Amino acid sequence: MTQAIPLKRGLPTKTLLGIALIGVVLAVLPFVIGIAGQSWVRTLNFALLYVMLALGLNIVVGFAGLLDLGYIAFYAVGAYTWALLASPHFGLHLPFWAILPISIAIAGLFGVLLGAPTLKLRGDYLAIVTLGFGEIIRIFLTNLNAPINITNGPQGINRIDPFKIGDFTFARAETFFGIRFTGPEKYYYLLLAIVLLILLVCARLQNSRIGRAWEAIREDEIAAKAMGINTRNVKLLAFAMGASFGGAAGAMFAAMQGFVSPESFSLTESISILCMVVLGGMGHIPGVILGAILLAAMPEFLRAVVEPAQHMIFGAVVIDPEGIRMLMFGLAMVLVMLFRPAGLWPSAVRKRELSRGKGASA
Amino acid sequence: MPHAVIIKGRSMEIFLQQIINGLTLGSVYALVALGYTMVYGIIGLINFAHGDVVMIGAMVVTVVAGSLMHADPNASAWLVIGAGLLVAIPVCMIVGWTAERVAYRPLRRAPRLAALITAIGVSIILQNLAMMIWGRNYLSFPQVIQPAVYTVAGARISGLQIAIVVIAGALMAALTFVVHHTRLGTAMRATAQNREVAGLMGININTVISAAFLIGSALAAIAGTMVTTYYGVAQYTMGFMLGLKAFTAAVLGGIGNLGGAMLGGLLLGVIEALGSGYIGDLTGGVLGSHYQDVFAFIVLVAVLIFRPSGLMGERVGDRA
Amino acid sequence: MSVLLQAQGLSKRFGGLQALYDVGFSIETGDIYGLIGPNGAGKTTLFNVLTSLYIPESGTCTFAGETLTGRKPHEVAGLGLARTFQNIRLFGNLSAIENVMIGRHIRTHAGVIGAVLRNKRTRREEAEIEARAHALLDYVGIGSRANDVAKSLPYGDQRRLEIARALATEPKLLALDEPAAGMNASETVVLRQLIQKIRDDGITVLLIEHDMKLVMGLCNRVLVLEYGKVLAEGRPADVQRNPKVIEAYLGAGAAQVAETVPGAPA
Repeated sequence: MTQAIPLKRGLPTKTLLGIALIGVVLAVLPFVIGIAGQSWVRTLNFALLYVMLALGLNIVVGFAGLLDLGYIAFYAVGAYTWALLASPHFGLHLPFWAILPISIAIAGLFGVLLGAPTLKLRGDYLAIVTLGFGEIIRIFLTNLNAPINITNGPQGINRIDPFKIGDFTFARAETFFGIRFTGPEKYYYLLLAIVLLILLVCARLQNSRIGRAWEAIREDEIAAKAMGINTRNVKLLAFAMGASFGGAAGAMFAAMQGFVSPESFSLTESISILCMVVLGGMGHIPGVILGAILLAAMPEFLRAVVEPAQHMIFGAVVIDPEGIRMLMFGLAMVLVMLFRPAGLWPSAVRKRELSRGKGASA
Repeated sequence: MPHAVIIKGRSMEIFLQQIINGLTLGSVYALVALGYTMVYGIIGLINFAHGDVVMIGAMVVTVVAGSLMHADPNASAWLVIGAGLLVAIPVCMIVGWTAERVAYRPLRRAPRLAALITAIGVSIILQNLAMMIWGRNYLSFPQVIQPAVYTVAGARISGLQIAIVVIAGALMAALTFVVHHTRLGTAMRATAQNREVAGLMGININTVISAAFLIGSALAAIAGTMVTTYYGVAQYTMGFMLGLKAFTAAVLGGIGNLGGAMLGGLLLGVIEALGSGYIGDLTGGVLGSHYQDVFAFIVLVAVLIFRPSGLMGERVGDRA
Repeated sequence: MSVLLQAQGLSKRFGGLQALYDVGFSIETGDIYGLIGPNGAGKTTLFNVLTSLYIPESGTCTFAGETLTGRKPHEVAGLGLARTFQNIRLFGNLSAIENVMIGRHIRTHAGVIGAVLRNKRTRREEAEIEARAHALLDYVGIGSRANDVAKSLPYGDQRRLEIARALATEPKLLALDEPAAGMNASETVVLRQLIQKIRDDGITVLLIEHDMKLVMGLCNRVLVLEYGKVLAEGRPADVQRNPKVIEAYLGAGAAQVAETVPGAPA
């Protein structure tokens, strides 16, 4: 059996202690990090968004084995849906319990729409087509401002409503129980809750009839069909679920940032998320989370380290830090594929699959 | 469609103009597509980084031409471009060869997913190296070409366009000759058919694959030169779109098929030119020509769904 | 006995090659039905047509009263026709038990909601799936290997695992493509006993095999294909004596076998 937490049997004490420890760390993390400045808490929040995205893409790439290079499109759909329904752009200000499900549902729908034509395609072609779809969405987002202004073009939509539960808004700082919570800190707990929810769903899916069907398709689609699995529907399900998580993340992004524009949804982002999944350990939930945190934190870290270092050495910022970040991404991808193709923290199955020479098909 | 009726007198000229533009662009696509199709045909890899090799060719040519013009503002176009090519072609060949040797060769037996991701990684590396070396801004190609403009049946065709089409055609003919009438070409075709058996027959697979990358990269350098002289600019991101479209052309023609890559390139160029030229009319002004890039994607998706073997490819089934 | 599968006029081409031409036969419930012929005769192609992996140009096939032709492959399994493959197609990187559990997919129902909520019904179903899978592994004789990685199993065990996986779909007809290939004599005896057990437990068997001793000893009816056409159909003993068959395929070696093996079951 795969290594999820078993159902009926009790958890060993060591695992319980470990979970409790992690829980404590997570609970106080924003305050600890906040000491270095609120911008770091915001970075932490973005890392959580990337964890959501990575977990979502992991369903498509890791569980079902479908190489989606245009995943960012669903993030965009979720974000723009929130933006359109909760900002001055159309004058709509719907409450969260309406927009969030709508964002998720529309993203899921796009997942099915974009996934449907790709079902018969082989690995490489599937990748290119999904890449194309991602780009098409971005082009439409950039240009759907005439004749009817839907997306407001390259300028994007701003003054988006923050996340509000009734009168409790996440945007402002407040004090409860004597502790002062800033806006970003509040968002942290909200995002953390959503991440934990997504995590639970993913873990349960992996260890279920559907999860096994995805594994079967990844291993040998023809044999899977012969055993009665409706591969078309099961693949679409993977797309839909992955997309809906992307949509959820997108909606939270729009609410938190207050502003969306097509720039945030480029191919580079799709590839970054793919990197997180692949480098962390495709199909292995803990590995994927690790990958997301590493790759989300790295650019900020680099910026904090590389800029002063360049000032020291060159006297000015000579090399574009964004360039260095992406260069390292690219290097990391090549190096990991050459030396550790199953990822930094792979699952046992994946290690077997990618052991050189006996590899299964892509 | 009201527009077509009103400008009936001009419509033939406009149409012809689009065809000419399309064929020019298509020739460039064809040259780049050849690189994709050769590599895919022989090792089954979509070389994501190929478009970026084109970009490097364009950047190098632009920089060399720029420095030459700086040194001698009266230098002739032939000298400037020739010198640029003399530098760009070897540079691109080195880049292509290195990528294959370092990143792709070790993964020849690995699952396709690993090779694909590596190719994406190489592409990112090349793009960002270019950005770090040459900056984010557009580099302009120096004004050294004064093309003559001819009028044919009301449409304008410039000397540069003619040069591009003719040179591309000559290169395609040369490549076809190499592939069908030289030992290297035969070795390449054999390797594409069945790598292991070709190896057993005494063909040095590594040499053949390196040759494919070298030839493809050389063609990429020339294509990059064409693009930068035609549009007047070069920038580190230009490889992506161009590469994607050229790959679409290769798929359209039938991946792995050289004639298909050429046909696909020309066809895609024409489709794109006609599409962006007429899209305003066709959609009553709703969609404008900045949707131009979408055409290539639509073609790609349509081909892969309805006729994945392309126009000239063979249909291959799956044996259970 | 009732007819379980009835095929008529099946034809399949691949470009210039006519792989099957006007193939018709019927399998009755309780048969162990053999499909033999020289290499390239179209046996696996026929399997692929029956299981809808290939679409025939013409011909029909009915199975348990339902039309089989034109169905999607997963529907075929749903109707009760399961198969194994000539070149074993296991889910290699998964364990043996996981392979068989995947075979249970089609007879179970838990979807996303059930997976996420882990409600009582889902948990019951999961427990049943696991128990059933263990039972099937025992049934084919590899129960001790439940947690072993499928691709690391010895060849004979892999073949048996594939059978267990197919049985997990609760088939009415089990189609085996060269199950004895690569097996030695003692493994073949074990296989023969397994197939008989499967038939005795109510599952009809369709069998492609080259091992003539196995076919003649096991099957009660045999179909002979050559170059995509039906050469003969009938009881093994009759087919053996058919001059066309002898000429095309069986030859002197099998004639000797016919002398040593007592009359095949009717």
